[in-house]
Parts: sequence; structure tokens; C-alpha cells
Amino acid sequence: MKPAPFAYHDPTTIGDAVALLAQHESARPLAGGQSLVPMMNFRYATPDHLVDLNGIEALRGVEVGERLTFGAMTRQRDVEFSSEVAQACPILVEALRHVGHRQTRNRGTIGGSLCHLDPAAETPAMMMLHDAVLTAQSVSGARDLPMNEFALGFMTSALEPGELLTQISFEAWAPEHGWGFEEYARRHGDFAIASAGVLLTLDAKGAISRFAMVIGGLAPAPMRLTDFEAQAISATPDEDFIKAASDAASQVEAMDDAHVSAAYRQHLASVLSARALRRALVCARERSLHHV
Amino acid sequence: MSDTRKIAVTVNGKRHEAEVESRLLLVDFLRHTLDLTGTHVGCEHGVCGACTVMVDGHSARSCLMFAVQANGKSITTIEGLTQADGKLSILQEAFQNNHGLQCGFCTPGMLITLSEHLRDNPDPTEEDLREVLTGNLCRCTGYQAIVAAGLDAAQKMRDANAENA
Ligand code: FES
Ligand code: FES
Repeated sequence: MKPAPFAYHDPTTIGDAVALLAQHESARPLAGGQSLVPMMNFRYATPDHLVDLNGIEALRGVEVGERLTFGAMTRQRDVEFSSEVAQACPILVEALRHVGHRQTRNRGTIGGSLCHLDPAAETPAMMMLHDAVLTAQSVSGARDLPMNEFALGFMTSALEPGELLTQISFEAWAPEHGWGFEEYARRHGDFAIASAGVLLTLDAKGAISRFAMVIGGLAPAPMRLTDFEAQAISATPDEDFIKAASDAASQVEAMDDAHVSAAYRQHLASVLSARALRRALVCARERSLHHV
Repeated sequence: MSDTRKIAVTVNGKRHEAEVESRLLLVDFLRHTLDLTGTHVGCEHGVCGACTVMVDGHSARSCLMFAVQANGKSITTIEGLTQADGKLSILQEAFQNNHGLQCGFCTPGMLITLSEHLRDNPDPTEEDLREVLTGNLCRCTGYQAIVAAGLDAAQKMRDANAENA
């Protein structure tokens, strides 16, 4: 057998799950299993106790209103195929289509991806882009963390031992917002080498009135271009503006690995961010025409 | 001491009960416990798609699920794709006619992935099929013939539905 032995638990309530996590030091929650089970098959991960969250109904579901709220165990496919999410937050649906493959999105969960926190993963980048708030629960209660505090570093979340991510939520952007998402991966479904996401709104004169931009795959965790975002407000989105955005993206400090140099990642970030921004602008202009 | 569980799983319409070790992967349960060796094991870590089965109607990698997690669920494997009279399904026949397999190692996963896709998207483009097949690796065919088989099967299934309508 591939994985090392473990004791299996399948609680049906959040309370029972966090009690199990509190009780057993070497316990790991099992969400969709698309990252943890490969690690167990290789025996990189050898938890003594596995707390399967798949039977906890309260951890599932999507609510779309002024805020979008996701139970941590909501499967990627359920968001991908939600017409309400597609309406309110189309960029999330587009980004999710790049997550793994049909078969892995059928099992993989929103919360699982956030806790695994691969630097190139799309879900953490989207949550960073939307300033999501994540709820962590333990036997001693619940606390909310903004995504930029949740993502501590390379595959490291701010969850304390015994804490379980239960819910993720963020505010929906105005219906006329423009959006663009671009990524580059060697093969469809692989982790991206770099990705870029843009959200923006335009005022009546066509200047930027709200702006958010995220770069994935470069830094240990997805990065917002906060300095550039601040400068972007009221800017006229012309070619110089696009150039400035892509320059800012190329200055994110990037990781090197055996396959990809930091400089190449930065090059991709600059190209992809310009593309994402162009798409977002086209989208916002079209949508504002419809709103007139 | 090993951690075991009693489970009841419906596989291809037939209910099976067994006592299994918690760490037994679903694919090994299918192959070793139930002797359903049609489902293949390639990489054992979620990359190749050879182990793809349907769990409650959705494709999933059976090397990334534990058998205990299949308790109470309904699984379809390649053995369950043939028609009740033992004839090949339209999709299987299309694979045969279009040379959609060579060594056949990837085929069980290909068939499950495409069965799900053609059920949900009866009129796919070539692009749709290529995208959904990114989750299944084939080292022989170069995919061309598999995509052709998928398109052919989609057409034949639509024709069959039109006749029945
Ligand atoms: S054996 Fe399961 S994906 Fe390769
Ligand atoms: S037919 Fe040999 S791997 Fe696909």
C-alpha cells in the first residue's frame, strides 16, 4: 500500500472536526485530496490521523449577493458551473477553468487549494485579488483573516494547529466592472509559470475609478501591486498606463527554480499583465456602454 | 494495528460490501479486492488519468481517493460502460473504428472522461475535447485518433437521440 497507515475519521459536523484536530496532534484535514493524497502516496505526508471533511454538509455551498461566500469544502466544479458566480464574478470562473483538469476539479475544493497555497495556484490569486476574508475555526472559537494575512509565505498559511478553514467570502464588484485573467503554463492544467488578474471600473469620463491587480507564480504567494494600484486611481488608461502596469508587474521579486528563471517569470508577468489589463479595459468599456 | 472500516460501495450497479484498511486507495480496492482490473494504475499520484472512474456521475482519479471515501457511493468503471447486452457502447465502438487506442493503457480513463463529457456536452467542438482530455495522458496515439473517436461518438449519439425522439 502506498500511503503510511493512519486512523480515518469522518466527522459530519464542523464541531466534531475541530475537536478531532484538537485531540490529535498529528492530524490532517482531508479536503478534495488532489494535493494531499499524492503527497501521502509518496509518503511525503504521513499523518497519523486523517480527518475527512467530505461528509460535512455545513462546509459546502455558495451564496451570491452583495458578497460572495463559499463554504471551504465547495468543490471547484460547483463554482465553475455556478451561473450566479459567472454573473457576479466571471473572472473567478475563468481562473478556475485553469485549475488542474475536469477530474481534479470534480473533487478539488476552494478551501483545500487555499490551505495548500501553491504560489502559482489560481484560487489563492483570485482571493488575493478580491481581498477575501477567510474564517478559521478551532475548538476555542472562530476568527476572520484577510487573505493577505492568511497567505504567510511559500505554501504556508496562517492557520494555527487545530484550526480549520471553514468559509471564504468577498465583496462583489459593481456589475459594470471590467476583468481580465491571463496565465501561461507549459500544458493546460499545469501550475502556471506566471499569471495576472485585473479588476477595474471606469468613471463617466473613462478614467480608472477602481483598480486591483494580482500577479501569481512569481513570489512565494500571489502578490497585489498595491503601489501601482494606488497610482492608478483617476488615471487615463492609455498605452502609457498599460506600459506602467506591465513594468510594475515585471518588478515583482520572482523565484528561480530548476525549470524557470526569475527573469523569465518576470518577463511573463509583464506580458500577461498587459494582456489582462487590455482585456479588462475592453470589457469595462463594453459593459459601460450597455449601462448608459 | 491497522485501521479498518466496513464499507458498502455500488460498482457498475452492483453492491459490494467489504472490510478495508483506511489507507487502501480506491483504485486498489477496485483492482485487487473486486478484481475489476479494467481501471489502470499509471502514476499513482494524480497526473496520468489512467485510473479515472466515475464517482456519483462525475469523473475522478481513483488513485486520489481512499476506498473508505467511496462508502455509500456509486462508482462506474470501464467494465460498466458496455451496454446491458454486452455490446460495446457507442463511444467504445468509435474508439475501435477510429483507432483511438494502441497499447490501451490510457483507454479506460479516456473512456470515462469522454463519457462524462459527452453526457454533459453532447455537441462538443474539437477544442472542447482537447481541453477535457488534458487530464488523461496517452503515450501512443498522439491524441488525434482519440479526439476523432470522441467527435464521431458525439455525432452517433446525437443521431441515435434524434431517432429515438
Ligand atoms: S494513476 Fe491515478 S492519475 Fe495516474
Ligand atoms: S494507447 Fe497507449 S497510452 Fe494511450
